[in-house]
Amino acid sequence: MDLVEKALAGDRRALARLLSLVEDDSPQAQEALAVLHPHTGRAHIVGVTGAPGTGKSTLVNELAKRLRARGTTVGIVAVDPTSPFTGGAILGDRVRMRDLAGDPGIFIRSMATRGSLGGLARATGDAVKVLDAVGFQTILVETVGVGQAEVDVARTAHTVVVVEAPGLGDDVQALKAGLLEIADILVVNKADRPGAGQTALALEATLGLGWNNSNAADGWRPPILKTVALDGTGVEAVVEAIDAHRAFLQQSGLWVQKEQERVRADLMQALHREMLDRLIEQVGEAEIDRWVGRIVAREVDVYTAVESLLERPE
Amino acid sequence: MSKQFRVLIAKPGLDGHDRGAKVVARALRDAGMEVIYTGLRQTPEMIVEAALQEDVDAVGLSILSGAHMTLVPRVLEGLREAGLEDVKVFVGGIIPDEDAEALKEMGVVEIFGPGTSTQTIVEAFHRHLAGG
Ligand SMILES: Nc1nc2c(ncn2[C@@H]2O[C@H](COP(=O)(O)OP(=O)(O)OP(=O)(O)O)[C@@H](O)[C@H]2O)c(=O)[nH]1
Ligand SMILES: [Mg+2]
Repeated sequence: MDLVEKALAGDRRALARLLSLVEDDSPQAQEALAVLHPHTGRAHIVGVTGAPGTGKSTLVNELAKRLRARGTTVGIVAVDPTSPFTGGAILGDRVRMRDLAGDPGIFIRSMATRGSLGGLARATGDAVKVLDAVGFQTILVETVGVGQAEVDVARTAHTVVVVEAPGLGDDVQALKAGLLEIADILVVNKADRPGAGQTALALEATLGLGWNNSNAADGWRPPILKTVALDGTGVEAVVEAIDAHRAFLQQSGLWVQKEQERVRADLMQALHREMLDRLIEQVGEAEIDRWVGRIVAREVDVYTAVESLLERPE
Repeated sequence: MSKQFRVLIAKPGLDGHDRGAKVVARALRDAGMEVIYTGLRQTPEMIVEAALQEDVDAVGLSILSGAHMTLVPRVLEGLREAGLEDVKVFVGGIIPDEDAEALKEMGVVEIFGPGTSTQTIVEAFHRHLAGG
């Protein structure tokens, strides 16, 4: 496929077109991803997540600048929510990334969730694969700022940076939201604001309480780092922590294990989608609607309907 | 499902506020489009780069500084050089008639003066994008 070859050769327009194909779930996207697959698996994928307005985009901007300063190429995928009412979206993360303009070692792509929950778009994982395949060495994925358990990013990224900021009300708000559980690195941004020390202490205390972090069991204790993303203070330490986490994953064998888990989840998801699509194609939407009607009328229940739908003769 | 249109709203030049651009961005979002919003003080090079990376169908430029005759041609030229001649360019701002004429000849598809309703703007985007 011409587009794939061009993108692999460094053509940025072709890369942008490929990302659109993937986003639009076009049939060509599958072909392209098949050709790209052998080229993937080299990038360090870093998720940046946290409540709205904590400074994720500003931090991504600063992280990318520092990675570039040492020669690492950086792909960025920034996700913002689609309006459930209109299907439209305002993708505004680039506003905070203007320092990155004009650098051929950087590629920024904004994505709308298009109905996906969990902080990422359906196609974010595939977009990351495309950026990985064409050679970006670190890929920063900024999730939607929802403060809910963004499990998606933990599945997509090797390293998850959770961004907190003082003055968001409840200091350990993120805890309830399940964000701490997926954090490999905790950043208290807006350290120039009053209350940052307190937020860091609250996180520290939670950590000390033998807290339920999926990484703790593996022997990685998430560091708590204070930053002022606006002027870059403390960001170098975040870059170092990201490096350290990668080294930890590789030395402990978790890099490979995580990759297997990710691939398994990927495969399961693709299977789900494909099987469902095939089934619906086979029985027809009308038949599905008929079963919905029967369930609503209390003639059958959901599980009986599923049994019947799956048992249909060819 | 119809194609999901993606548009870039940018504010080139040095003038200081982006209220108008934001109103247009929201109106386009409410009309179902994905709007990449880049904020203030964008150079033509930054606008072209963002249009390329984001693979947009259209670019909307909000210019109140009076510098449209230098900024817009640079954006158009940059888009062409990047192989993005299919991207539709819209301009909003205080543009004298003769300049508007000249800009349209250069390839701008539509120009919106001050006070144009968002409805008119949304309709124009729809018309030009649906037209391919
Ligand atoms: N005081 C202070 N403000 C900051 C800092 N970092 C970011 N901000 C400001 O916080 C606001 C939100 O920053 P963003 O980077 O857009 O935050 P975000 O988390 O990406 O926001 P969403 O993507 O909308 O969830 C902006 O006005 C930033 O200028 C910081 O370290 N200190
Ligand atoms: Mg953001």
